[in-house]
Amino acid sequence: MSAKRVFIKGNEAIGQGALAAGCRCYFGYPITPQNDIPEMLSSAMPAAGGQFVQAESEVAAANMLLGAAACGVRAMTTSSSPGVSLMQEAISYMAGSELPGVIVNMNRGGPGLGDIGPSQGDYFQSVKGGGHGDYRTLTLAPATCQECYDLTFTAFELAYKYRNPVLILGDAIVGQMKEPVTPREPLPIDPAEGGDWKLTGRGERAPRLLKSLFLEDGALAGQNRLLQKKYEAMRAEVLYEDFETAAADLVVVAYGSIGRIAKTAVRALRDAGLKIGLLRPITLYPFPEEALRALAAAGKRFLTIEHNLGQMVDDVRLAVRGLADSDFYGVFPGNLPTPDEFVEPIRAAAKGA
Amino acid sequence: MSSIPEIKEELVFDRPKVLADVPSHYCPGCQHGVIHRMVAECLEEFGLVEKTIAVSSIGCSVFLYNYILVDTVEAPHGRAPAVATGVKRARTDAFVFAYQGDGDLASIGLAEIMHAANRGERISVVFVNNTVYGMTGGQMAPTTMIGQKTTTCPAGRCAEREGGPMRMAELIASLDGVAYSARVAVNSIKNMAQAKRALRRTFETQIKGEGFGFVEFLATCPTNWRVSPVAANERVAKEMIPGFPLGVYKDAAKED
Repeated sequence: MSAKRVFIKGNEAIGQGALAAGCRCYFGYPITPQNDIPEMLSSAMPAAGGQFVQAESEVAAANMLLGAAACGVRAMTTSSSPGVSLMQEAISYMAGSELPGVIVNMNRGGPGLGDIGPSQGDYFQSVKGGGHGDYRTLTLAPATCQECYDLTFTAFELAYKYRNPVLILGDAIVGQMKEPVTPREPLPIDPAEGGDWKLTGRGERAPRLLKSLFLEDGALAGQNRLLQKKYEAMRAEVLYEDFETAAADLVVVAYGSIGRIAKTAVRALRDAGLKIGLLRPITLYPFPEEALRALAAAGKRFLTIEHNLGQMVDDVRLAVRGLADSDFYGVFPGNLPTPDEFVEPIRAAAKGA
Repeated sequence: MSSIPEIKEELVFDRPKVLADVPSHYCPGCQHGVIHRMVAECLEEFGLVEKTIAVSSIGCSVFLYNYILVDTVEAPHGRAPAVATGVKRARTDAFVFAYQGDGDLASIGLAEIMHAANRGERISVVFVNNTVYGMTGGQMAPTTMIGQKTTTCPAGRCAEREGGPMRMAELIASLDGVAYSARVAVNSIKNMAQAKRALRRTFETQIKGEGFGFVEFLATCPTNWRVSPVAANERVAKEMIPGFPLGVYKDAAKED
């Protein structure tokens, strides 16, 4: 039985989702537009018997996450773009050491200090590794407050399933807007989770070691081979929303808040008789490339819409290569798009055949 | 024919079991080995081996886990106190210590050590100060002494250009969350005995939940100092101790 609906911000939905998903350690540092999360967890986490630390920096917050993850305790940190840049060192070490943890990025405008408004400028950083070395982080992109809540559960499940950091990539829109959210029954803490690798103190067993340094001849290659196999296996976790693509000539590809705004425009144009659909990737890594490729093989054309200067469009083009291409419409970070803004670009792309 | 008297053997000295019986990668005359052993002894004396989680750092002592056989996680450069914070918060019943060199702790990791100390995290930090970056080949460290030659201050560290050596035990002692901060050396039997007492007290502050415990070990690096092990040990007494005075800079147990 699920609890009564609550009217909360996307940021709060992530905080509440994390608590219900069994997160018992939170480390954060203030940055707009995600401050609701550390503020609510500063009291809610201790009340749930967990630990809240306001770190001295995002560098430290992410390394505290690494430490808690090494103990097999569900842990999270949240930030926004400039702060997430500072976390990349620890995220790379976590990937290299195979440590599970959840990192939330409420994407704001960049580069540099940028602004505090919404943006999708961190797509590349999120899905292509972000820090040094060959690694990937599962990346989930919520479009609604309910998805903020639900995908936080998914993030913890995937983090432990793959022993890998998982990113939730939202933006200032979904973080700051309020919607009704249906909470879930809280998950019981599973003391057996991470049982064969987590650090507990060695007790009577052999000591365990969690590290990313592999100096012996061939050892690093072996570790990278193992990681690569894991990234291949992650492809099974693809999630996306398919809105009326079957009968469409043109498929709009957009994620997160922008996917939701684009859907309103697509719906209006469909009502006006245009054959248009929408594919909204929910996992950005793994990317729904097979779904896109199947649509390309069926003769569809594509328009990618993003709140940046063109990042995910590269992955759409790679997915459909040899069969189709994708047009691109980008909203510059610093501007806030409305559904009306997308109508003309979609209409133009639909005519372009 | 007279009978041979039975020879009685009595074990008077042994290796701590938690210390691995393996060849060391440390250079001849390096004092990490002595300090590792002291850490191992204290873990056993307090009965902590089974509940310890160690945080290793970046530098020569990155291989701590090859010698001290406890659960260990490797921290990024300088971040060991933040990682140890996460470990201790996640597993409050564990005994958590970080082992860091001077480049790691006093340069790139200065924010992490100061704030973990100031929060009074119930962790212990073993800090080894040999005044150079050892593993990367002897570059200038924040602890390099005025006039000391390194590969990146070949004419000697100049106070006007590079500032002076940072005295961490004193800095740490100034923070409210700290229960214990001391500086010790292992260059003589007398100093080793004092060092062992300080290390025990550092661990004890965590066991008793008094606050953050910190102990700075002055140590040799003959390879990067370009001197013999004997000369390196002599330098500790002649140059290092006058510049980095030994002593207990804070002990919560001795305050009202």
